Amino acid sequence: MDKTITFKIDGVDVKGCPGQTIMEAADKAGVYIPRLCYMKDLTPHGSCRVCTVKVDGRAQAACTQPIAEGVEVENNTDELNEKRRNIIDMFFVEGNHFCMFCEKSGNCELQAVAYRLGICAPKYPFQFPDRSLDATHPDIFIDRNRCILCGRCVNASRDVDGKSVFEFVGRGANKKIAVNSDTLAGTNMSVTDKAANVCPVGAIIKKRVGFAVPIGKRLYDTQPIGSDIEVTKS
Amino acid sequence: MSEKLFQIIKKACESCGNDRARLMDIVIAVQKNCGAVTIDAMELIAKQVKVQRVDVESVVSFYSFLSKEEKGKIVIRICNDVVDLMKGADNIAKAFSETLGIKVGQTSADGTISLEYTPCIGLSDQAPAILVNEVAITNLSVDKAKSISKALLSGASPESLTKEFGDGNNSDELVRSMVKNNIVKKGSVIFVERVAEAGLKKAITLKPEDVISIIKSSKLRGRGGAGFPTGMKWEFTRAAKGNKKYVVCNADEGEPGTFKDRVLLTEKFDMLCEGMAIGGYCIGSDSGIIYLRGEYSYLKAFLENKLSKRKKASLLGKSICGKNGFNFDIRIQIGAGAYICGEETALISSCEGLRGDPKTRPPFPAQKGYLASPTTVNNVETFCSVARIIEKDAAWYSVIGTKGSTGTKILSVSGDCSKPGIYEYDFGVKVSDMLKDAGAKDTKAVLIGGPSGQLIGKKDFGRIICYDDLATGGSIVIFNSSRNILEIVKSYLEFFVEESCGYCTPCRTGNVLLLNKIEEILEGKGEPSDIKYLEDLCSTVKVTSRCGLGQTSPNPVTSSIRNFREVYEAVLKTNEDGRQPTFDIKASLEVAEALQGRKSVIY
Repeated sequence: MDKTITFKIDGVDVKGCPGQTIMEAADKAGVYIPRLCYMKDLTPHGSCRVCTVKVDGRAQAACTQPIAEGVEVENNTDELNEKRRNIIDMFFVEGNHFCMFCEKSGNCELQAVAYRLGICAPKYPFQFPDRSLDATHPDIFIDRNRCILCGRCVNASRDVDGKSVFEFVGRGANKKIAVNSDTLAGTNMSVTDKAANVCPVGAIIKKRVGFAVPIGKRLYDTQPIGSDIEVTKS
Repeated sequence: MSEKLFQIIKKACESCGNDRARLMDIVIAVQKNCGAVTIDAMELIAKQVKVQRVDVESVVSFYSFLSKEEKGKIVIRICNDVVDLMKGADNIAKAFSETLGIKVGQTSADGTISLEYTPCIGLSDQAPAILVNEVAITNLSVDKAKSISKALLSGASPESLTKEFGDGNNSDELVRSMVKNNIVKKGSVIFVERVAEAGLKKAITLKPEDVISIIKSSKLRGRGGAGFPTGMKWEFTRAAKGNKKYVVCNADEGEPGTFKDRVLLTEKFDMLCEGMAIGGYCIGSDSGIIYLRGEYSYLKAFLENKLSKRKKASLLGKSICGKNGFNFDIRIQIGAGAYICGEETALISSCEGLRGDPKTRPPFPAQKGYLASPTTVNNVETFCSVARIIEKDAAWYSVIGTKGSTGTKILSVSGDCSKPGIYEYDFGVKVSDMLKDAGAKDTKAVLIGGPSGQLIGKKDFGRIICYDDLATGGSIVIFNSSRNILEIVKSYLEFFVEESCGYCTPCRTGNVLLLNKIEEILEGKGEPSDIKYLEDLCSTVKVTSRCGLGQTSPNPVTSSIRNFREVYEAVLKTNEDGRQPTFDIKASLEVAEALQGRKSVIY
């Protein structure tokens, strides 16, 4: 790594190396860019659009946009945070989310980003879609009501586990996660797979471990999501 | 699992070299032969091309012409585009439904006929129109719909429904279609008598770099709508590293109201191939792909025959026009009903046998396109223009049109006018002049560039069509004063909701929410604050969406608010009782009243 790229996020100089995305460079520099579908070490999906930033005035997804010398990135602005809240609201109304009794509550990235951005209740009308569950697998169940179509399980199963258990089917509002068999039990999915450990929400849940962590000790109970990134700020 | 199914699949896969990247051709062949791509079929295909079953399911479930459940041997697709609805598509649907005894969306009990709606099929100038399998039937009336239904019920083939052939190549024995060209105005670039292959023959006497520089100085910009400079695109693709490069023609015009590429494919296919070959010469590619929208399948045999004729004439294949080392061939990739595939990276995905999801950019196709090779994707009209530009020269071309928009633009004009059809204008034509030529009277609104363009009103009819003022890929839809603007907006939003690929959140859900709100307003449940709600939502969808679909899909809303605000204001009112207009207290109490067995005392 012999070349350094310098650019600005919200007016502050950030350094990175060629090939890095804005998200990677920002994380390293301790600047939190809200995100949902992005997960370190997985191919960026660029689908949730929560990490939308403006690069020299042009909207781009920070998780897929490479850094470039001298560009000015807007991140923590009222305009972008408003749009991010709108997108988060869309997630809440397009699916059926029930934070108050969801196993993932307190550890859920959707919930945590919503809190961090100051959402108390979505402003859009609930769509109440009819979505299916799959509890056939002995160790894992899928609840599509809570799926946000981030693609993490698809990518992890294909790229890390080498199994391609998951893929998207349908399009538009009918897009959903499908498995490589009639049911999850019919696939070669294992609870130790990467794909079983990447869901940001309560859509892929491990059986028999729900509610194991008491309230107060959950991931996002005491500090907002992104705090771990901001810690690295010097 | 039947042996017959296995044989069909084996044949389909083997004819594509068991190549995973040819999955589209495979599933389309299976759908055609079996009326469905069932789970069993997916399993067999997956084994044959060595992918997972869910990968095949992912593709099949994406395209509206493919289905897991069995469809009738004959599928009637009624176009429900706004223009068709204006011309009575609803009554046509009713007539089919009644005569066939099935609802739209159903298949007859004996499995012979399915009835469905489909978005714009590129026949707005002869609406209402339908597709019966691959056969296009135009200018329908209720009576015709009934007689077609009866004929099909008594066993007539879709082909036998065509009684008279259209003009030009529509009557070619490989087309045999009743579709008409309706070329109303010919210009100086495309619809012109010219020496065939003059551009190609001249190009090969020059260095590829020099050909690119002619295109650059002609200032030709992409005719699909985005307007990217063609010469620059080719320069990038030429400069990109890669042994294999591709020239792709986007013949997937799906923008509601556009049909110019249909006519170009029918009448100017050689000019298109000439332009593609020049493209191949410029960027150093020996392979071209024409992505033909599934709705234009009726042209496929004709076009393939044209390609083989060109091969025989040494205009395609090895050593084209005797030029040693200049090899270029073209294959046709057929689509299967997905508007999003007109987006260049989605089109590439589809060519690769994937769902028509747009790809992450960067890298752009010029660096990493089809099968990760440098690829240039250009519109049908762009390639035709290239042939003409090289034949004449850049100086000749660049004085046509306006300073920033050189050359001519082919418009597909339809809606409320007496002369719908194809118009080739020099760039810079005034909307009012175009309306006059088209025989439009009492015009209230004009949609420039289809629903992803702008809906303009009278005050803008003095503006001109060009990239710097009113940009358009060519779709022009005219509405007279009898039309309901909000209904039009609603129909187009329904289209975008149907056609969003669903990859990114703002487009997948934002468009649904926009449609919800417009429907509410149409039901009289709107309130003044809804304008701001719509504007905020539109802005989120436009700014944060991943590709051009979501970045433009709110345009019917934003441009109608901007240009027809009075239409909204007329129906958005504050509720007298101070409640939200969306809240109907009486309706809300109905369930409780039924349970109680009595009416509310207060309400």
